[in-house]
Amino acid sequence: MERFRNYLANEKNHKILIPIIAVILGFLLGNIVMLITGENPIELYKALIQAVFGVKVDNIGTGKTVFVVRKVGEYFVYVMPIVLTGLSVAFAFRTGLFNIGAEGQLLMGAFATTWLGITLDLPAIILIPIVVLGGALAGGAWGFIPGYLKAKFNVHEVVVTIMLNYTALHLTNFLMKEIPGSDSVKTAKLNENALLSSEMLRNLTSNSRFHFGFIIVIIALVIFWYIINKTTFGYELKAVGYNPNAAEYAGMKVKRNAALSMAISGAFAGLAGVVLVAGTFGYGRVLSAAEGYGFDGIAVALIGGNTAIGSLLSGLLLGSLNAAQPIMQGQGVPKAITIIISASIIVFVAMQKGISSSLKKLKGAK
Amino acid sequence: MKKRILALLLTGVLVLGLAGCGEKEEETKAADTSTEEETADTSTEEEAADTSTEEETADTSTEEETVDFAVALVTDTGGIDDKSFNQGTWEGVERFGKDTGAEVSYAQSNSDADYIPNLSTFAEEEYDLIIAPGFLFADAISEVANNFPDQQFLIIDMVVGERANVASAVFAEEQGSFLVGVAAGQAAVDAGKDAVGFIGGGDFDLIWKFEAGFEAGVKAVNADITVLSDYVGDFVDAGKGQSIASKMYDEGAYVIYHAAGGAGNGLIKEAKDRRTNGEDVWAIGVDKDQYADGVYDGENSAILTSMMKRVDVAAYIVSEQALNGEFPGGEILAFSLSNGGVGIPEENPNLSSEIIALCADYEEKIKSEELTVPTLPERKQ
Repeated sequence: MERFRNYLANEKNHKILIPIIAVILGFLLGNIVMLITGENPIELYKALIQAVFGVKVDNIGTGKTVFVVRKVGEYFVYVMPIVLTGLSVAFAFRTGLFNIGAEGQLLMGAFATTWLGITLDLPAIILIPIVVLGGALAGGAWGFIPGYLKAKFNVHEVVVTIMLNYTALHLTNFLMKEIPGSDSVKTAKLNENALLSSEMLRNLTSNSRFHFGFIIVIIALVIFWYIINKTTFGYELKAVGYNPNAAEYAGMKVKRNAALSMAISGAFAGLAGVVLVAGTFGYGRVLSAAEGYGFDGIAVALIGGNTAIGSLLSGLLLGSLNAAQPIMQGQGVPKAITIIISASIIVFVAMQKGISSSLKKLKGAK
Repeated sequence: MKKRILALLLTGVLVLGLAGCGEKEEETKAADTSTEEETADTSTEEEAADTSTEEETADTSTEEETVDFAVALVTDTGGIDDKSFNQGTWEGVERFGKDTGAEVSYAQSNSDADYIPNLSTFAEEEYDLIIAPGFLFADAISEVANNFPDQQFLIIDMVVGERANVASAVFAEEQGSFLVGVAAGQAAVDAGKDAVGFIGGGDFDLIWKFEAGFEAGVKAVNADITVLSDYVGDFVDAGKGQSIASKMYDEGAYVIYHAAGGAGNGLIKEAKDRRTNGEDVWAIGVDKDQYADGVYDGENSAILTSMMKRVDVAAYIVSEQALNGEFPGGEILAFSLSNGGVGIPEENPNLSSEIIALCADYEEKIKSEELTVPTLPERKQ
């Protein structure tokens, strides 16, 4: 008990502890809201289990189908894009920049993927890398704009990225409709060779939309980790994030780093667009409004402590809440519960100083 | 001290949470045991007749436990309270549930990425009929119907062909539009005006049906009336809808009919503003009775009448057919004036009794096929 207390009180462990405590508190709050509104909190956990593992708890022992592998596949379809937008936001955060524009960068990546995937007719081995890199570059270019404006004219990146979200939405809507074969809501199907989806994965997961995008996610996670932890560039980025003045004094090119950091951040978001178009849908879409992947990314980055592994874990968590929504609705539980939970987790993460100091007091109370 | 309070609070929260869970668990357990008892009952009864295995009896008894028919609705991002398509369909499904005791359920999609998983979830739960409203669902329902060939699906306002387990419900919008066209034309004649207007959402064939019917209806009253026509380009931009409406009223349009969804709210707002300022202009609503949306001074409405597209009727009728084992799989069902799928509201406080009688005349002519309403506007012919 004493050792456990000391473990909790030790500030070194807080980086891991605080998100976990925030998640627990978030779920508790969600449960309390459910109790107050007369819902059964068990339904939430049943829905989560069904969404993530495909196991329908109610059906155990009834002779009905208990396990549906399709659910597991669909769960990862939810997770993949938000892990990538999470990495995008986290990367910018590391440099002290707040990238609210992941949504717009994602849309640009999605457009580039659609355009390349429809117009080019090449073997898969060449076309898939082109499509993936094209999407990343388009997102990166869109992210570079606020980075450049920040570096050159010191325009605040939050303002620019928010505005560029709308610009990207309407620009890509216009461009998508210009692609030959598009109607008012979607483009033609991408060339078969440009798709990340595969018969094999579909059959493995009984016709879910699970696709090879997960490889892109893994590569992106490794790249994120490598740049931040193993390169001089990553070290400089972190230094700029901690204290730009000190970094500049130490001879680092703060402005160049800000622009580059936003571009790389945008590239991660662009990859999310690739995963959506070439993986989940197989065609480009004309959207009436942004879909919130960028904002989910902010939540993922915050909960994940702006690290690669943290973004993966929090992406898995938030993805499970998203995937559980329709199941809960089917049981008559309002889906707003999951929104309350994810929002309160973020609030608790934001309260980390308070949680940290109350944890530290545990030590003094021996 | 602070820490103690915090600790107390935390434990309080924990206890509350756990206690809550505990209670509910007991409840569900109690429910479970009751099912088991019933299972036991049925099994003894059946054992007398036939020595069936326990597993089989368990199966049949659970089927008897749940209501024998279940309908599910998957909405698009609008949700069941969108005052439009989704809500209308849900009203039909809900009424069906109330009338027949069938189980009804719905799932709202957060984005179009949810269409396929939501439809598949209901298919896996073996709902007897799964309904999706709107042409946005065409690809999703086609794919899910292919994956679950034993489930029955209904798509409203869109045709999904070549699937034996999908019924498609479409509407004769031109017929309903014809009636409101007659109303608009006659109202303009009565007021001594010579122009009316039409505002469409997207400029494609489905919306052309509205325009064509309206135009034909107006011309049936008086061929000299000008029908102004313009398109917003989407179904959401109410600002653009209002500016088009403003332009048309300025050009002398007495009544404007819209088929522009949310963008049409701009028309209704413009009509309300102008009536508040004492101008004599009208708007015609679409899809449902929009009379209440047009109320501008607490009691009077700027809505002359509405072209109702009864998605609730479509959902109800097909659910009923499926319940009776007559699911029209693979068929295209046309909902027209004849079966109440389209039409004008029963209450039309802003229409004179002569106009209502005139509309009823034309309704009979269309029903008896004495009159065929075109589906393409003159400019497209």
